[in-house]
Amino acid sequence: MDLIKLTISEAKKGLKKKEFSARELTENYLERIKKLNPQLNAFITVCEKEALESADHADKLILQGETWEAQPLLGIPFSMKDVYSTKNIRTTAGSKILENYLPPYNASVYQKLIDSGAILLGKTNCDAWGHGSSTENSDFGPTKNPWNLDYVPGGSSGGSAAVLAADMTIFEIGEDTGGSIRLPSAFCATVGLKVTYGRVSRYGAISYASSLDSMGPMGKNVSDVAEILSVIAGSDSHDATSSPRPVEDYSSSLNQDIKGLKIGIPSEFFSKGLNSEIKDAINKALQIFKEKGAEIVDISLPHTEDGIATYYLIASSETSSNLARYDGIRFGNDREYFGQEAKKRIMLGTYALSSGYYDQYYLKAQKVRSLIKNDFEKAFNKCEVILAPVSPIPPFKLGEKIADPLQMYLVDVYTVLINLAGIPSLALPCGFSKAGLPIGMQIIGPQFSEKSLLNVGYQYEQATDWQKMKPEL
Amino acid sequence: MKYQPVIGLEVHVELKTKSKMFCGCSADYFGTEPNTHVCPVCLGLPGALPVPNRQAIDWCRMIGLALNCQLASFSKFDRKNYFYPDLPKGYQISQYDIPFCDKGEIILSSDKKIGITRVHMEEDTAKLMHQLGISNFHFPKETTFPISNKEKYSLIDFNRSGVPLVEIVTEPDFENSQEVVEYLKKLQQIVRYLDVSNADMEKGDMRLEPNISVREISNLKSQISNELPKYKVEVKNINSFRFVEKAINYEIQRQGELLDKGKTPIQETRGYDEVHNRTVSQRTKEEAQDYRYFPEPDIPPIRISESQISNLKSQIPELPTEKKNRFIKDYGLREDQAFQLVETRKIADFFEEAVKIGKKFGIEATAIANIMINKRVDWSRMLPAELVEAIVKSKREDLPAMELENIISEIIKKEGSAVTNYKRGKSGSMEFLVGKVMAQTKGKGNPNQIRQKIIEKLGEKS
Amino acid sequence: MAKFDIRHTAKLANLGLSSEEEEKISRELEEILSYVNKLNEVDPDLIGVEPTSHITGLENVTRPDETSPSLTQTEVLQNSKNTHNGMFKVPAILEDL
Repeated sequence: MDLIKLTISEAKKGLKKKEFSARELTENYLERIKKLNPQLNAFITVCEKEALESADHADKLILQGETWEAQPLLGIPFSMKDVYSTKNIRTTAGSKILENYLPPYNASVYQKLIDSGAILLGKTNCDAWGHGSSTENSDFGPTKNPWNLDYVPGGSSGGSAAVLAADMTIFEIGEDTGGSIRLPSAFCATVGLKVTYGRVSRYGAISYASSLDSMGPMGKNVSDVAEILSVIAGSDSHDATSSPRPVEDYSSSLNQDIKGLKIGIPSEFFSKGLNSEIKDAINKALQIFKEKGAEIVDISLPHTEDGIATYYLIASSETSSNLARYDGIRFGNDREYFGQEAKKRIMLGTYALSSGYYDQYYLKAQKVRSLIKNDFEKAFNKCEVILAPVSPIPPFKLGEKIADPLQMYLVDVYTVLINLAGIPSLALPCGFSKAGLPIGMQIIGPQFSEKSLLNVGYQYEQATDWQKMKPEL
Repeated sequence: MKYQPVIGLEVHVELKTKSKMFCGCSADYFGTEPNTHVCPVCLGLPGALPVPNRQAIDWCRMIGLALNCQLASFSKFDRKNYFYPDLPKGYQISQYDIPFCDKGEIILSSDKKIGITRVHMEEDTAKLMHQLGISNFHFPKETTFPISNKEKYSLIDFNRSGVPLVEIVTEPDFENSQEVVEYLKKLQQIVRYLDVSNADMEKGDMRLEPNISVREISNLKSQISNELPKYKVEVKNINSFRFVEKAINYEIQRQGELLDKGKTPIQETRGYDEVHNRTVSQRTKEEAQDYRYFPEPDIPPIRISESQISNLKSQIPELPTEKKNRFIKDYGLREDQAFQLVETRKIADFFEEAVKIGKKFGIEATAIANIMINKRVDWSRMLPAELVEAIVKSKREDLPAMELENIISEIIKKEGSAVTNYKRGKSGSMEFLVGKVMAQTKGKGNPNQIRQKIIEKLGEKS
Repeated sequence: MAKFDIRHTAKLANLGLSSEEEEKISRELEEILSYVNKLNEVDPDLIGVEPTSHITGLENVTRPDETSPSLTQTEVLQNSKNTHNGMFKVPAILEDL
């Protein structure tokens, strides 16, 4: 049995039947990481010692008869974007400022995962502070796309999608401020969920832009993502913006019929600038939904074109404040260590908030944000979910866009709107380009519609084989 | 006087909540080991998030209500962005355009109203300690410590970081330092009555920042009489009423002298040097501070309903001014007596309790007030009943023997049937007679002694 | 649009920029700022629109006044390069005043 190819449910089945131990499982992944990480640069930190200790502990619990009802991820190895605070395990946010930082506490998401028995393999690479769409802005070097090492894996959670595509982990926890889970998922043919803002606690996750940051699961298929969400979702007394809404069981409802489901197609997303191969892939996906009885509805999101400007003003303003704590006194290196992109966004945000410019930039962006939110509310009166491309272009080559920041920003044109509206979106693979690079789509729903998005995604996944495709490494 | 001072005041009051403003660390930092009441939130660690303390918010609102402020039905927290080593996040969570309370007032003894611009909630900074000998300037808010080598550095203790602070800002309504001091004493008394802060100056529970400017009297009579001077000088972080008075007086004189020379004082922040009784320039505002306030994205907005406001109002105790007026009305005290007896809630409560007990012994409230104010008795170590007993005792001793004899004779004459009943063996009648005598003496005299005297008198007659 | 004042902004942001960085960031930010100025076209739609600073609709999320354990002094100081007597040590601050 090839242990590195397992999904969560397959790994659990094997552990239950004692076909392999948690230690064997963990060792297989650690070996795979050792083999592939030099090429991919997808992990910043691998915590081999801690992982093996946790695996031995899990094996002991399994022997003592501990059940997966009590600890739903017992013995399952995983990895996290390096923005989650992990007690005494280096946490860098992809920045040299934190290259030696050992948090004295755990992020709530990480605490929930280890409480449910999961085993942390390591921390994955990302654009420093989440600032980027290609992982080229990591101070620890870019991550390569496992499908073609000359290409970027997307960003900012590029390491997260790369380690999934390369079978270096079973599941991942990413973080999405303007598309950072969905773009890498689309570029690496993996599944990623950007949750409703407030559905998963942000406590302990290093902030990029507080009003947009969404924590979320990434996996090799939809049912894994659903299972992880059930573990990490929920209110947190340490996060005042986390929602008190009860957590649903996202796994048990994945086989609902979608006959009569109204799927909205935003005309603005399919106009100029959308790559034709992506357009074709989405149309084919629509065909599958139609065959399953879904109804296609034309909708409009009139402020689509304002998304990028609105997003960059709000995100940069918030990040200029969030990154003010890095002064080198209590932890980390001093402000000289900020990379170019971080400095640029801090400068943009500082400017947008400064006296005389606040109304023109920050306040205006917050008002446009209200319009974008209203656009979605209106759209969801006509449809239950929206189907859209994740990115207007397929994966691009390393170095191709780094010199042209505005072009890089425009890659996020379809994803930032979702963060501005605070709604959930599930990204999943829907094809490959002629060059053999992944194409992804996103299924967007109203606030707290994760259950329905996962079901719709699952229905699509059952009808296709994309998730079974693997890069040759 | 050629110039009229225009003075406004910002006061920071530290609340005495159990925990800090945005985290569960103990807010009691005084005298603790450094950096032991600190967590990821108040240390500003990456990823940590603030959750506001509802007790602190309520107390801030109660201070506002006690100062006759309006409460904002909708409010929020904002980030005030600036860099300083005592500010761990690089921003302070404060309130910008919608404070919890605004538009209040305090009335001075002269009936002059001091307008309260706003009362808002924020968090304290960490404590900085500076090496002695760096400069002659004493940073009053901080402590200094001697070290042997010449290395210059500052040390930071985050135990105070995140302790809830209420900032109370006045209009520039003061004209002299005495008014400022009276206002401060009233404010201190009010927060102590509310029991929301110890308001202990020594411990830095109250920090004072007057802003001072002066305008020419001649200008007052002309059309621009209400225009404020075009500059103001802020004196930062003063921790005593005496120093605030001295600093203001110093500034009035300094600015007057500059104006005499035809110069305009510059807008700046100064510190008070208590050793030399002077103010020292700290930084000039050549470019105004730009705090880049924006709504705190980590804390959802805060709303209060009318019924919650009523509920808060009902929790406000009788405040010093109302209490003083009631004492004058109900107990016939003089203004100055009442003023002294409402100094603290403890004194006022003691007084009222003593009055209640004293009533049973025919002791007047004014008598209790006199004793307490003149401190003829050290009542601070007594219970109210003990004070009353002491008064009763001292009065008894004061009663001249002849006077008592006369009163007893008179009562025996008046209460013939009680005398007869006593002689028939009804012992209760004796107590009745003693009571009558005591009533006549207004409580003076020892009951046992009186009883003895009555028995003696009745014996003589029979 | 007024020219971007890079020095003033860098001072507010507490960033020390080299002259090359100043030049590069100025250029890129001016390009971004002229791009975001496209939002001016939305102005007519913004009349009477309230800004969104919180997307959740939550209000009054507070905690009771209860204490919870703090970190140990060792944990507090463990990531600092410069400590003394249980405190963080920084270059003398008073000289700036």
